[in-house]
Amino acid sequence: MKKLVLLALSLFLVLSFTVSAGAKTLKVGLDADPVSLDPQVQLSGGMLQLSHWVFDPLVRWTQELTFEPRLATKWERKDELTMRFYLRKGVKFHSGNTFSAKDVKWSFDRMRTSVDFKGLLEPFDGCYIIDDYTVDIKTKKPYALLLNMSTYFFAMDSEFYTGTDANGQPKDAIVKIGESFALNNESGTGPFVVTKREQGLVIEMERFKDYWDKNCPGNVTKFTLVPIKENATRVAALLSGDVDFISPVPPQDFRRVNSDDKVKLVTISGGRIITFQMNQNRVEALKDVRVRQAIVHAVNNAGIVQKIMKGTATVAAQQGPRGYAGYKETLKPRYDLKKAKALMREAGYANGFEITMMAPNNRYVNDAKIAEATAQMLGKIGIKVNLKTMPKAQYWNEFDARAADMMMIGWHSDTEDSGNFSEFLMMCENKETGYGQYNSGYCNPKVDELTIAAQSETDLDKRTAMLQEIEQILYDDAAFIPFHWQNHSYGAKKNLKVKEIINAMNFPYFGDLVVE
Amino acid sequence: MAVSKFGKIENHMFAFIIRRIIQALLVMMIISLVGFAIKNKIGDPVRDLVGERVTPGERAEIADNMGLNDPFLIQYVRFVKHAVKGDLGRSFLYNKPALEVIIKHAPATIELLIGSALIIILVSLPLGVYSALKPRSLLSRFTMSFSTLGVSMPVFFTAILLIYLFAVNLQVLPSYGRGETVDLFGNGYWNTGFLTIDGLKHLILPCISLSSIMLPLFIRLIRSEMMEVLETEYIKYAWAKGLSPARVWLIHAFKNTLLPVVTVFGVQMGLTFAFTILTELVFQWQGMGFMFLEAVQRADTSLLVAYLVVVGSVFVLVNTIVDILYGFINPTVRIAGTK
Repeated sequence: MKKLVLLALSLFLVLSFTVSAGAKTLKVGLDADPVSLDPQVQLSGGMLQLSHWVFDPLVRWTQELTFEPRLATKWERKDELTMRFYLRKGVKFHSGNTFSAKDVKWSFDRMRTSVDFKGLLEPFDGCYIIDDYTVDIKTKKPYALLLNMSTYFFAMDSEFYTGTDANGQPKDAIVKIGESFALNNESGTGPFVVTKREQGLVIEMERFKDYWDKNCPGNVTKFTLVPIKENATRVAALLSGDVDFISPVPPQDFRRVNSDDKVKLVTISGGRIITFQMNQNRVEALKDVRVRQAIVHAVNNAGIVQKIMKGTATVAAQQGPRGYAGYKETLKPRYDLKKAKALMREAGYANGFEITMMAPNNRYVNDAKIAEATAQMLGKIGIKVNLKTMPKAQYWNEFDARAADMMMIGWHSDTEDSGNFSEFLMMCENKETGYGQYNSGYCNPKVDELTIAAQSETDLDKRTAMLQEIEQILYDDAAFIPFHWQNHSYGAKKNLKVKEIINAMNFPYFGDLVVE
Repeated sequence: MAVSKFGKIENHMFAFIIRRIIQALLVMMIISLVGFAIKNKIGDPVRDLVGERVTPGERAEIADNMGLNDPFLIQYVRFVKHAVKGDLGRSFLYNKPALEVIIKHAPATIELLIGSALIIILVSLPLGVYSALKPRSLLSRFTMSFSTLGVSMPVFFTAILLIYLFAVNLQVLPSYGRGETVDLFGNGYWNTGFLTIDGLKHLILPCISLSSIMLPLFIRLIRSEMMEVLETEYIKYAWAKGLSPARVWLIHAFKNTLLPVVTVFGVQMGLTFAFTILTELVFQWQGMGFMFLEAVQRADTSLLVAYLVVVGSVFVLVNTIVDILYGFINPTVRIAGTK
């Protein structure tokens, strides 16, 4: 018996050694898993992350928010409306098919039919094939963000997705509820090939042997993604060595992860601004700019970053973070309780008033705590806040109904550009154009005018001036309460070179990850 | 005389069974109605299916296609019509038939329950009996005070404590998930963790956490029952007869202790099922409880309704069978019900 156990044990040891030699495996625990393998079915952070692992875009963002060639090797502006992309040769899809211009056009056209993406593609006229490795992408009007949008143009294998599946349904159908070929099968050009996927449980990927990027430093051969939703469990999984990499790391565990000698914490500032909107249609007092100024002055957002976010966010006084075109250095946070009280008196509200406030409790990092702190801070200038927090599943319908006087919303610009914030959050709400879809009760025609003008301004200096002017107007108007830009946080074993692969978009490029 | 009486009893029994089945169906109706009534309060499933940029108009269109905008009654009747054929709708989140999703998640929960039931039995029996026999010994006192602690600790806390002790600090056991599983029937429905070392290792902490709620209760229950039995006349008589202590304790006393314990065990396992939700959350255990929380958080209302109906029908079914069996065993139950 003893001999048998020994034999089994040594066999086990030998086997485990042979497996670990050479192959670099990576196990990642994230708070959610991508909903499908179809990169065009849903516009969400999780799906875009997956797209960068399994597919490749024409260009992608670098850490410095510049563009890096991927499937496009270079590009040039032909005229006001057209950008010409020269495509990479010798690129293979996972299916073995060869990548060419037809795939770019095919993917572009398919994306336009997706409910989630067609809004973003609204400014575009179309994609035109010049030759096998050249395409022109045209916009309807001059459009400054054409390259920004090209980071969304992931190439799908047109041949692979053409035809009908076993159920007689076209393979390229974009299906939200129900079966479809593209939901469960992939053929991209990306560094990883999906080998197994079980919704909510695991996605297993292996390095694509024919990956075009021979200069890619990444050495992960087997990449497993598991969703671990519970914060404490995710951290424990990293600390115990069950996974190699986690994200996000909850702020209350930063110190724990940092002090452990086997793992490290890496953060990078992100572009998601957290705000409270003040509804002027619901509350007469909020129409007075002095009252709004008083509220903004009463909120100690730097204190919230310190105490609640444990220093892992960047205090904000405007919509877009540093690095975005509209960022204006001179706009500073303005916590000043004395001034806030004076402004309230001046506006004739020395005795304050009562308002309602709503916030989600599982959407943004520490969202409910931020709301509670804000309610308390407003109490100091006599504003009595009735706060209600709820899960995001219920919150967004309340937001649609503008159900409270103050509502929390966080926003990350799809285009990594300042204009996007104003389009959704600050332009006057217009059901027809869709502008101001998430604006609860602020309207300034000047902001609308500038935001629209900035869209088609291709002179970047002029455009920057416009976007900065918008930020200044919003600042002077105290259009919303700015809190901070959330940092992205990653916990990883020490032998992972994490710093090199992260970026403000929260798309860790695992294809480039070096495991030492 | 005897024959006619017998026939009468059979009639009673038949009427009783019919009545119980009608009651069961009624309960199922109510459960599904309640599920349907609350589903709109959970949230909007369309929100979770689309990105934040999708316009309200397009969301409304999707909701229309999904039949979510139909009046309550029409939705409910449609649901019942399908449910009768065994179709409980389609989960938005998993994008599969809801019933299939639930059935695939059930084995994980059942294994968790089996594991913790085993722990409860193997630990509470010896400890309970021992502390009844030797109430003043150090071990008994320790067991008693420790079990008080166990009762008062929430399962959530116990679980996290165990993870930090055994997974993070000692690094002897895994922190989350089910580990390596084996497809038991080869059809993908029952993946068991009982057949691999890795799977068993993953079972240990969740099972201990889950059993921690009921374990103290059972130790105390067995102890007090045993002590009570030890005071009875027939045990005293057995001692007087000069039987060996082992025989008195195990054959005479212990056997009689078990009866009430088994009854309570059955009831408490039902309650333990409720606690699997928290346990599964902390350990990311992919069972029905975990799935339920997912469905709530992501507003997967159709999965939620299906879950309520499935769990409800299992409970109703078990209770109905027990009631009917009871009717056979104990005639007063059904006679009381006949008038």
